[in-house]
Amino acid sequence: MDQFEVKVFIRLRPSVLDPAGEAIKSASNKLGVAGIKSLRIGKMIEVKIESNEEDIKDKIELLCDRLFANTVIEDYEYSINKL
Amino acid sequence: MASFTVGIVVFPGSNCDRDVSWALEGCLDIKTKFLWHESSDLNDVDSIVLPGGFSYGDYLRCGAIARFSPLINSLHDFVKSGKRVLGICNGFQILTESGFLPGALVANKNLNFICDDIDLNVITSKGGWFQKLNETQNIKLPIAHGEGRYHCDQDTLKKLTDNDLIALKYKTNPNGSTSDIAGITNEKGNVLGLMPHPERACDESIGGIDGLYTLRSLITQ
Repeated sequence: MDQFEVKVFIRLRPSVLDPAGEAIKSASNKLGVAGIKSLRIGKMIEVKIESNEEDIKDKIELLCDRLFANTVIEDYEYSINKL
Repeated sequence: MASFTVGIVVFPGSNCDRDVSWALEGCLDIKTKFLWHESSDLNDVDSIVLPGGFSYGDYLRCGAIARFSPLINSLHDFVKSGKRVLGICNGFQILTESGFLPGALVANKNLNFICDDIDLNVITSKGGWFQKLNETQNIKLPIAHGEGRYHCDQDTLKKLTDNDLIALKYKTNPNGSTSDIAGITNEKGNVLGLMPHPERACDESIGGIDGLYTLRSLITQ
């Protein structure tokens, strides 16, 4: 068994309006930072997991597809780092 | 034969379970039973309500964690058998997260938690969840949600429309829902999910009785 550190990034799909992102974009302008064309909020989940190397991708796919993200509204991507 | 019993599912964070019980028992004289979410035995109940609230604190996404409870696992066979399931607010979110109903509920367009009485059009007669009084039936029910914006892709919307699965539409869209959708049913009609709260509209003294019919229809076989 090996140890892995996995970072999962979850984003709202481009077709889903992100009103919280819009609010932060507006606040960014108020801070005086001009030129922001788009700002969208996502989530990042860090997982430390013990697994066989051949199983790790399947396990992370299962977690992302069935729990971490709702693929009706969200896309996900991840990086796997062997410790 | 035991009297008809409506099961009301209680998750950690449910907060409309007792309201539903009050409406069913007190206003309609229908027997209820609270079902802790870790129970998987649904043999004692004839229909089920997933009440509103904040199951698991809305962690990750509303309804995302409730979906993995033993009770929701048992709900698949319950639904297949044709028995009726009503998901109100957080219950609707759980039904979409669990795949019983298509689409998802996301943050309101204006980011506000909206608490208001709202006018609705009844769209479908599927499942007999709403009294058909005339061609364009209007009802008024309370809403109370921060994440009630129904979202689905165009293919799903077409399927909902073509198969007459849209149950309720807002007359004036409060939250940015796709196609003004406030509630939908499954194809069989025995599962209804809606953001408005029928249990809060069951007595004239609290502002209306338009929710009575929907709750009473839980005992329709």
